[in-house]
Amino acid sequence: MARRVREGPEPLGADAEAALAALPEDSAEELYESAPCGYLSTLMDGTIVRINGTLLEWLGLERETVVGRMRFADLLTVGGRLYHETHFAPLLHMRGEVSGIALEMRTSDGSRLPVLVSSVVRQGGGGSPSLIRATVFDATDRRSYEEELLRRRREADQARAEAEQERLRAEADRARLTEALAVLRKSFLPDTLPDVPGMETAAYYHTASPDQLGGDFYDLLPLGDTRWVFFLGDVSGKGPEAATLTSQSRYALRAAALHSPEPADALATLNTVLLDRYADNGDPRYCTAVFGVLEPGGDTGRARVRLASGGHPPALVVRADGRADFLPTPGGMLVGVLPDAHFATTGTTLAPGDTLLLYTDGLTEARTGPGSDSLYGEDALRSFAADHAPSTPGDMVNALTELLRGFGDGLGDDTALLAFGVPASRPVTDTPPGKP
Amino acid sequence: MDVLRRNNVTITGVADGPVVVLAHGFGCDQNMWRLVVPALAERYRVVLFDYVGSGGADPSSWSEERYSTLEGYAQDVVEVCRELELDRAVFVGHSVSAMVGVLAARAVPERIRALVMVAPSPRYIDDEGYRGGFTAGDIDELLDSLESNYLGWSSAVAPMIMGTPERPELEQELTDSFCATDPDMARVFARTTFLSDNRADLGEVEVPTLVLESARDLIAPREVGAFVHSAVPSSRLVTLDATGHCPHLSAPRATTAAVLDFLEDLWPAG
Repeated sequence: MARRVREGPEPLGADAEAALAALPEDSAEELYESAPCGYLSTLMDGTIVRINGTLLEWLGLERETVVGRMRFADLLTVGGRLYHETHFAPLLHMRGEVSGIALEMRTSDGSRLPVLVSSVVRQGGGGSPSLIRATVFDATDRRSYEEELLRRRREADQARAEAEQERLRAEADRARLTEALAVLRKSFLPDTLPDVPGMETAAYYHTASPDQLGGDFYDLLPLGDTRWVFFLGDVSGKGPEAATLTSQSRYALRAAALHSPEPADALATLNTVLLDRYADNGDPRYCTAVFGVLEPGGDTGRARVRLASGGHPPALVVRADGRADFLPTPGGMLVGVLPDAHFATTGTTLAPGDTLLLYTDGLTEARTGPGSDSLYGEDALRSFAADHAPSTPGDMVNALTELLRGFGDGLGDDTALLAFGVPASRPVTDTPPGKP
Repeated sequence: MDVLRRNNVTITGVADGPVVVLAHGFGCDQNMWRLVVPALAERYRVVLFDYVGSGGADPSSWSEERYSTLEGYAQDVVEVCRELELDRAVFVGHSVSAMVGVLAARAVPERIRALVMVAPSPRYIDDEGYRGGFTAGDIDELLDSLESNYLGWSSAVAPMIMGTPERPELEQELTDSFCATDPDMARVFARTTFLSDNRADLGEVEVPTLVLESARDLIAPREVGAFVHSAVPSSRLVTLDATGHCPHLSAPRATTAAVLDFLEDLWPAG
């Protein structure tokens, strides 16, 4: 069955037509005078020539005091007049119309009426002057809503400004902290390694985090005769407490070296220092360290090394013939735990081309593998060194630095490297410049 | 950014003629002068510009610090004068620009030989023995009005309009953007304009000055015009039969005639 398609509204029934005809007439004049908005017309200089009853009622004014006697700007608050003169009037001149400008009018009882004004210029023709026609809407509700929005925005702006200040303050704090930590960290290490006659030396310190102090330290210093003392260690923990301990350990070992350079004695001295300082305060602290004495062999080209270890990973010797072996120091105990700690001593001789490497466990305990779940380990380190043998101390440290960089996030701890060795081919006579 | 682009400088008129610089006041931009430019351009080289923070000037050159004092605006004038190598030009400043002209003429006297002050006021807020016509509270009301009326300003559109007045397809945008100013910049300009006090500077004006006042001006009433005239040593006062603060819009012919009279005395036709 076909349905009727509707086109447009249903025609009014006869009853509705009759009802419409019975409505009161809404004349244009009536609409102008009593419209729900204000109307006014002015000459181009603003002189009001016509105004409707609605606006007069809103403002509490009489027609005869307004028409021909007041200008549009006179209806406004003083601030509104400033805005009218600097923006509204120029815009109206430029465009011939403006719409929705928010202003405030003054009423006869002194209160303010927020309004929205739209104006249009009606060009005069045939001797009649141009007019400006304006409609005025009561914007009290809208204005209070806008003011609420503005207030919220100001609050948000202020909150944002405060947050920004807070961020800047935090950034400055962090910069100060980083700077303080950098200064403190420098106390763990010599500024530069001294030149040891007949030997080559190299060192590297990897900082795991700029705002977290680790606890690795090393040093290399002359004993006053031909001998040199070297040491490298790693204190337990992190943070300011560990940093204090690190600095103390380094200076305790320097002092001990000058007192008695016997490796096991120096570690015993450090052991005593740490026990005195930390054992009684309920916060035991300890470290691992290798301490040794180096005797460069002068003309023989062979350097003797004697070292002691307190719980530290073994030193690695990389020989000129390509071998790489640990110097085992079994049984060496942690420094700072027991009063009568035992420290294992060992020694070796470095021939030309040999390099001795000391390191902290940041290297061997770096996490590697697909899931970062296995440790790099001493075997891998030995293989790595063998692959790079023979090597100078500088080349070995550089290769290891690259290795450390390759660990990326797997390298969670500070790591110190210290290497020294006898150069492979010592010049026997002076070589003329430019002819290697 | 070069100064001419930064201040959206427009040059028209007789290329080698005597130079007249027209400076807009607080509110809109150089388009305020559009009804007087044609007559001036017949005999003079007319230089128009927008202060940074207004009209088509480069908003990225604006800083609150610089434009919180009238010296900052005067610096714009000085830099435009230097860039164009102006020599003994006449500076016509509307409203607050009249005071900017006083400061600029003092800074580069060799470049500015005379001033025209259109509807000037050296101080808007009443003071002891002085009636500027406003209270500090009135100025706050104006700032509120600025905040309530963004006038179509949009941070997205402003850069597009900036510095491209020669493109005819942007004519509509120029009309639309007229008086549309970044509200933050407008606020600073309003405060600087209405809270400044340059009464003491008027006595130091050393160049011939035309004070052009509107007979019915709510912002710069006649007693302020009289004050300016009496304070500026070699000044002439002309009262225009005009209503409103912008006689160059509401009575452009009378305004132009008064300016041309003054220029004629400075540069008598040969």
